[in-house]
Amino acid sequence: MPESAPRRSSWGRVLIFVYAIFAIAATGRSSYQLATQASDAPFPYALSAVAAIVYIGATLGLAREGEGWRRVAWAACGTELVGVLVVGTLSVADQELFPDDTVWSAYGAGYGYLPLLLPFAGLAWLWRTRITRA
Amino acid sequence: MNDGLQLALSVLSVAVALVALAYVVLDRRADRVLLGVVALLWLGTIVQLVYGLARLPSADDDVHGVVFVLYLLGLAAVPPAAAWWARGEPSRAGAGVVVVAGLLVPFLLLRLSTLWSGGA
Repeated sequence: MPESAPRRSSWGRVLIFVYAIFAIAATGRSSYQLATQASDAPFPYALSAVAAIVYIGATLGLAREGEGWRRVAWAACGTELVGVLVVGTLSVADQELFPDDTVWSAYGAGYGYLPLLLPFAGLAWLWRTRITRA
Repeated sequence: MNDGLQLALSVLSVAVALVALAYVVLDRRADRVLLGVVALLWLGTIVQLVYGLARLPSADDDVHGVVFVLYLLGLAAVPPAAAWWARGEPSRAGAGVVVVAGLLVPFLLLRLSTLWSGGA
């Protein structure tokens, strides 16, 4: 049975901690937005909710053992990368689409561009800890 | 909000991040000393939590009370969460977790003051 390196040890631990912070922040932000002012800016707020789900998936996928969770992490980090690039570009190109910011607006500039760096770090970590068949 | 308290807590937090960074550079795991420093930071965030809750009734009308309290609770949760997550790590990455926590606290304090002045 090929074994993969644990994703939760070493620098993976720091990565998971950062993902967990984003998961909590994005969940809090989007629940509040959707609960109190959903009709103000439905598109960005729906995207905030998607971002929250992606961050939760990435956190769990990286933190939990097993190949199933590894696939969750791949999917979440991949979606995150596409999300931050597409939403980042759209938010710069068409500001009318985004009356309010999401975590991915302007490539995550509001969060020190961490949302842009994070998926690269996540994917790189998944690649480094991938299954190696001896 | 009390600017003095926020400033003191921010300075303490950045100091914790710097100590943890030194641990990372020196390739040391998060030991009891580092976790003790994190406990000190926790104490500071609890003071901020109590102070924030005490001041809430006198907040301006445009302050989002619920969000403000959630931020206060989140702030006080950061140090213990970091200590718990760093403790099980045998490498210097445990200290890396503390670096992140030390940088997160001033950011949250900044958000708290924005919220207190009626911002979103």
